[in-house]
Amino acid sequence: MTDDMSRYPLTLEGDDAPMVRFQNVTKKYGDLTVLDRLDLDVGAGEMVTIIGPSGSGKTTVLRMLMTLETIDSGVIYVDGEPLTHMERNGRLVRANAAHMRRMRSKIGMCFQHFNLFPHMTALGNCMEGPVQVLGMSKKEAEERALELLDMVGMAEKRDQHPARLSGGQQQRVAIARALAMRPKVMLFDEVTSALDPEVISEVTGVIRALVDQHNLTMLMVTHQMGFAREISDRVCFFFDGSIEEQGTPEMLFDSPEKERTQQFLSAVLEAN
Amino acid sequence: MSYLDFLAAHSDRLISGTLITLAQFVLAALVAVAAALISGLMKLAPLKPVRGVATVYIEIFRGTSLLVQLYWIFFALPLFGISLDKFTAGFVTVGLCYGAYGGELVRGAVVSVPKGQWEAALALNMSPLRRMWRIILPQALVGMLPPWGNLMVEILKGTALVALISVTDLMFETRQINNNTFLSAQAFGSALIIYYVFARFMVTPLMRWLERVMARKIGRA
Repeated sequence: MTDDMSRYPLTLEGDDAPMVRFQNVTKKYGDLTVLDRLDLDVGAGEMVTIIGPSGSGKTTVLRMLMTLETIDSGVIYVDGEPLTHMERNGRLVRANAAHMRRMRSKIGMCFQHFNLFPHMTALGNCMEGPVQVLGMSKKEAEERALELLDMVGMAEKRDQHPARLSGGQQQRVAIARALAMRPKVMLFDEVTSALDPEVISEVTGVIRALVDQHNLTMLMVTHQMGFAREISDRVCFFFDGSIEEQGTPEMLFDSPEKERTQQFLSAVLEAN
Repeated sequence: MSYLDFLAAHSDRLISGTLITLAQFVLAALVAVAAALISGLMKLAPLKPVRGVATVYIEIFRGTSLLVQLYWIFFALPLFGISLDKFTAGFVTVGLCYGAYGGELVRGAVVSVPKGQWEAALALNMSPLRRMWRIILPQALVGMLPPWGNLMVEILKGTALVALISVTDLMFETRQINNNTFLSAQAFGSALIIYYVFARFMVTPLMRWLERVMARKIGRA
């Protein structure tokens, strides 16, 4: 597919510029189109939740933003600058590794299966990025890590390896680890899906506190409809690689307009 | 002549040979670990020529006899202007030979580290080198230690072949004793026992200990 790059701005400027913008983004795996010309803006400090059936491209949106997946066409912007591209002689070209590294520092991500480093303690996990990537001193990194572990209620377990922690505890450490890098955008990819029902509230509680206290921009993929409704500024319903419907939680959950949204929501409610 | 008399008469040769074998083993093991790490990681490189070099190395050293490799490196390489003394030629060849096996172990262990670990390291914005060194290799190491234990014993036994390029190791000294005394059973019997004790009571326990230490480091024990 050829894409006329001249229609994409080199930067996003102005006070109303979104923190994250997907412009005309397409992602394919072979013949399968996972995302089809997606346009999505997320404002600074906004909490946007993505819901939808599996295979609808929800997780791919987050993974592209974390640069874990490449995109086939379109441009993703973060904090006013293109993430997937960079400017060369007045036009956008594919981003090189250095540009992506610089841009990636603005983004943090938490995963469904936590992905904590098993050979490091909870504290070590939270210090790894600040020390190795940000070049912070061990002392300073430890202070920051302890502060964050305390915030997620894991300070007491700081010397435990992940193998000794429950799923809910691991996920809370993973959130602290991501926050230690001071990202502007946080991505939560089904962070409660691998958890036992009784510990889900540990993790949702932490995310709720983040929404209240921090001016983070957040994108969350979840199957917890009640939680999505409670904390989101906006909910996007994905279907077949594009946004079928979006709006405030009240609009989307109480009076969905599209038939597919209604079908999905009633199926989910029935399952619960 | 009792066996004790035999030992008393030839202990200096057996001891000096054992020390040379020990040195050959330690140095060969170091060469093997380095060669395995380098070739194993090269096999995972995105660039095809880099992978190609590693494949050629592994194929040559795994696919041919260690003895032939020893003769090649000691007798044939000087014809191309590369001369190694016999001691160096010995441990370098043994190390390179078993390093080729180790390379496959490294590659396999690195590949078996869950993909989520790479992704989490990338999400922390770690450079590819840091990802490998800080996150992936330590975990891969735990997985590959048990097969490395076997390989270490193989390396020890493999060093016996350096006697054939006249390195005065345990095997060389044993043959000398045999040639001088014709006490074959005592001479080769002693070598057998020393190699066995070496492998069974030094190399294997050391590797087991390493396994335990690494398991603890990763919080599994």
